Amino acid sequence: MSLKHTELTQNPLQKIWVPWMSSKLNRRRGSSVPQFTNSPTMIVMVGLPARGKTYISKKLTRYLNWIGVPTKVFNVGQYRRDAVRTYKNFEFFRPDNEEAMKIRRACALSALKDVGTYFMLEHGQVAVFDATNTTRERREVILSYAKDNGYKVKWFSYSRHTVVFFIESICDDPEIIAENIKQVKLSSPDYTDCDKEEAVADFLKRIECYKVTYVPLDDDKDSHLSYIKIFNVGSRYLVNRVQDHIQSRIVYYLMNIHVTPRTIYLCRHGESELNLLGRIGGDSGLSRNGSKFAAALGRYIKSQNIPDLKVWTSHMKRTIQTAEALGVPYEQWKALNEIDAGVCEELTYEEIQANYPEEFALRDQDKYRYRYPKGESYEDLVQRLEPVIMELERQENVLVTCHQAVMRCLLAYFLDKSAEELPYLKCPLHTVLKLTPVAYGCKVESVFLNVEAVNTHRGRPAGDEPMCSLVSPYRHTRAKPMASPTPTRAPRLQDLGVTSLSLQVLQCPERSGQSIPQSFEINASFQQ
Amino acid sequence: MDSGEGCSDELTLSTAPRELTQNPLKKIWMPCKNGLPEKHIFQRKVCMTNCPTLIVTVGLPARGKTYISKKLTRYLNWIGVPTKEFNVGQYRRDCLKIYKSFEFFSPDNEEGLKIRQQCASAALSDVRQYLTDEGGQVAVFDATNTTRERRETITRFAEQNGFKVFFVESVCEDPAVIAENIVQVKLGSPDYTHCNTDEAVEDFMKRIKCYENSYETLDEVLDKELSYIKIIDVGRRYLVNRVQDHIQSRIVYYLMNIHITPRSIYLCRHGESDLNIKGRIGGDSGLSLRGKDFAKQLGEFILEQDISDLKVWTSQMKRTIQTAEALNVPYEQWKALNEIDAGVCEEMMYEEIQDHYPLEFALRDQDKYRYRYPKGESYEDLVQRLEPVIMELERQENVLVICHQAVMRCLLAYFLDKSAEELPYLKCPLHTVLKLTPVAYGCKVESIFLNVDAVNTHRDKPQNVEVSRMAGEALRTVPAHQ
Repeated sequence: MSLKHTELTQNPLQKIWVPWMSSKLNRRRGSSVPQFTNSPTMIVMVGLPARGKTYISKKLTRYLNWIGVPTKVFNVGQYRRDAVRTYKNFEFFRPDNEEAMKIRRACALSALKDVGTYFMLEHGQVAVFDATNTTRERREVILSYAKDNGYKVKWFSYSRHTVVFFIESICDDPEIIAENIKQVKLSSPDYTDCDKEEAVADFLKRIECYKVTYVPLDDDKDSHLSYIKIFNVGSRYLVNRVQDHIQSRIVYYLMNIHVTPRTIYLCRHGESELNLLGRIGGDSGLSRNGSKFAAALGRYIKSQNIPDLKVWTSHMKRTIQTAEALGVPYEQWKALNEIDAGVCEELTYEEIQANYPEEFALRDQDKYRYRYPKGESYEDLVQRLEPVIMELERQENVLVTCHQAVMRCLLAYFLDKSAEELPYLKCPLHTVLKLTPVAYGCKVESVFLNVEAVNTHRGRPAGDEPMCSLVSPYRHTRAKPMASPTPTRAPRLQDLGVTSLSLQVLQCPERSGQSIPQSFEINASFQQ
Repeated sequence: MDSGEGCSDELTLSTAPRELTQNPLKKIWMPCKNGLPEKHIFQRKVCMTNCPTLIVTVGLPARGKTYISKKLTRYLNWIGVPTKEFNVGQYRRDCLKIYKSFEFFSPDNEEGLKIRQQCASAALSDVRQYLTDEGGQVAVFDATNTTRERRETITRFAEQNGFKVFFVESVCEDPAVIAENIVQVKLGSPDYTHCNTDEAVEDFMKRIKCYENSYETLDEVLDKELSYIKIIDVGRRYLVNRVQDHIQSRIVYYLMNIHITPRSIYLCRHGESDLNIKGRIGGDSGLSLRGKDFAKQLGEFILEQDISDLKVWTSQMKRTIQTAEALNVPYEQWKALNEIDAGVCEEMMYEEIQDHYPLEFALRDQDKYRYRYPKGESYEDLVQRLEPVIMELERQENVLVICHQAVMRCLLAYFLDKSAEELPYLKCPLHTVLKLTPVAYGCKVESIFLNVDAVNTHRDKPQNVEVSRMAGEALRTVPAHQ
């Protein structure tokens, strides 16, 4: 065997060792995160309306994108809204409404086609097919589409077929259903012109339309399928034939999330001695203002009157000092430690520029994937923070006192920010971000606690567009969070091949079709 | 930390923030008074529960309850949750001394029933002691527990003592699986040392029958308030009900990832590196000539083994990747498999560490598992970071892991159930492959030296670990190097 085989070179951005010559035999993976799957996965939601399918779809998609698995939701209801433009009432959903059935079927097929495009042309890894899919017939259509169209792609003598995983949500608790309707249906584009009671009445009739033909996944007849059944928002689960790593992760995630209202508080440690000196990293203590902030934080937390608040810190002195001022028990997580700047620890940006100019430049080119020499990258941080996110999902009210880079990663998860945006999210000192889950997203309140601090935010260098990464273009899934792509706008009804339409046009004015904003910021200042 | 100066803000807190001190061994910041650490230490353990947890297995004989109990116990201990299993069958063997036949288990054998009841009680009593007095966090109560009545007794016991209960039921009707179970673990049981295979199998099948009539499986409706996982047909399907907390969630995740398909795991280190030869730790150097030779031999060894669908994993350090490159097969790089970070001691020789950081060097010898290098890691940190690797190893089948000394020790300790005390001193020499094959309740280990010389990098614990020791005493066990 030639010694040349062992010649390696280190990619300057990610500090990954790759062979000097890449050969077809060696499918070298230059990613910094192990890749577990070659086959694309189609997740198929199943369930009556108002069972949380879209909530689960969006949340799961956000999680998978954050951990670096390119995922996209395909909401068939959205295709229907784009095709039909105006929603009159529940009669559209009657099982004997042949015209409507044709349209609905066409929408589903159009969405399936887009799933294929996403896998084959857009490097998608997971597609979430969000619809009721309540009949065996519809599920068969999906399964055979996945098998026949196969989304087969030949890569290095691999062929990829699509793997299907069903998620069924079953709920008969009328209170939960009523709350669902209130949270997300009343504000749906379908009901913008109706008053609350009308909307609820219509929606309940809509559910009845589906109930007639609803056939849940059957433990005997469907025993060859891979699926999870979620009962009553998580009190019970049935898991059948988990096939691979990604399904195992999905199941674990689904079993840890809950819908109990709660609030997550994110903040950094108080201003530190090294912050004052403009130095990055290290393990210094709080400055005077930092201590003042810690005290102010204590007062703020008290004023919020949060029941059973958990407080988490990193293992670094400055976060622990901050938590100490709260006078409540706290847990230290090593995983919450600030990004390791390796050889650049405790340097100022000027010193980094002077001593490591190429490194400095590389970092600005791709701040997400850039790894400090002997240190970490944001990409590494996300990996290390995944157990923290999982535990945050399990918990209720939590205050996380951490660091700038860490807080950016956590925030990106909650607000569905991409790898490009993540390293530039604004997380100033002495400011608490209060996150409250609302509808399909997260409400953010930014609370500045009125104690001065230095600004540690370094924006994108002016005029520089983020360049393509210098990493060799091996085909594989990149482990970087991508904000969940906007739902595909479906073609109009005519394009679906449906020519005649005997639906009555509503008198109501055109609706903008805007979906609920995922996050919005309220700036507030906590006055002492 | 100046919290009171010049402020009109009143501290509404009753006490001023406490001073912090950094524990010299683990480098953890803790509150202190007068320079001494305060009593409470809130540092993140992997699983934080306040109540101890009682795991109760449920199922007919030969359904894998003991296999699951032992494996789960091993996993929980490895991630740092003190766990112990209590096998009621063992209590019965200790009590009865001699097993005659399946008739002992007959439902109308009153004498037998009494003894079995007593054994269960004795085991529960030991459980209470373990969880309440001995600092145990999880106890696994391994018995058939096939009647609702027995399970209610246990639930009451747990409530009285403030333990949470989580049931793990294994349901299986596949005769092939059951037969394989019997062959793997029953024939070798102390109960059947005097029987030939056919006799033993026949008796055991009759034993199972004794339980079948009174078996009440966990019921969706009747048991809907209980927390449990029902494992059906060795993991084809799972029913999970009312997971209460973090540890139960982790247990469920673990149980859903393990399998019993026969396979082999190969563990080895990178080939000898340039820094190895110089007696320096850490760093990111390349392979020496001998190291490259080893890589070649490893490739040939792997070919000879003729392993179907072998996955190869490396760290992100040059020396493991160079080793894998020589195999000429695809491999995955895991940052989690990187060698322990020696912080300020990176690339030093032990002699230099003794010279520059004698205190650190002594602390490390005092508690090598928990000792964290300044600005570096501890073995304890390593285990945390390796947990996803272990989870994925459980999911996979044939895998070759090319890693580093400290990392390999952690992985080996998981498979061979080694304690925190033993782990940092496990022998993982260069150029030696460990082949692990699951067998019965444990793991068979084959050690294969690939006949390429290498330096020894193993440093035994010296006799004198006191801070006051002389350099000579500290360096006595340092292996030879250039």
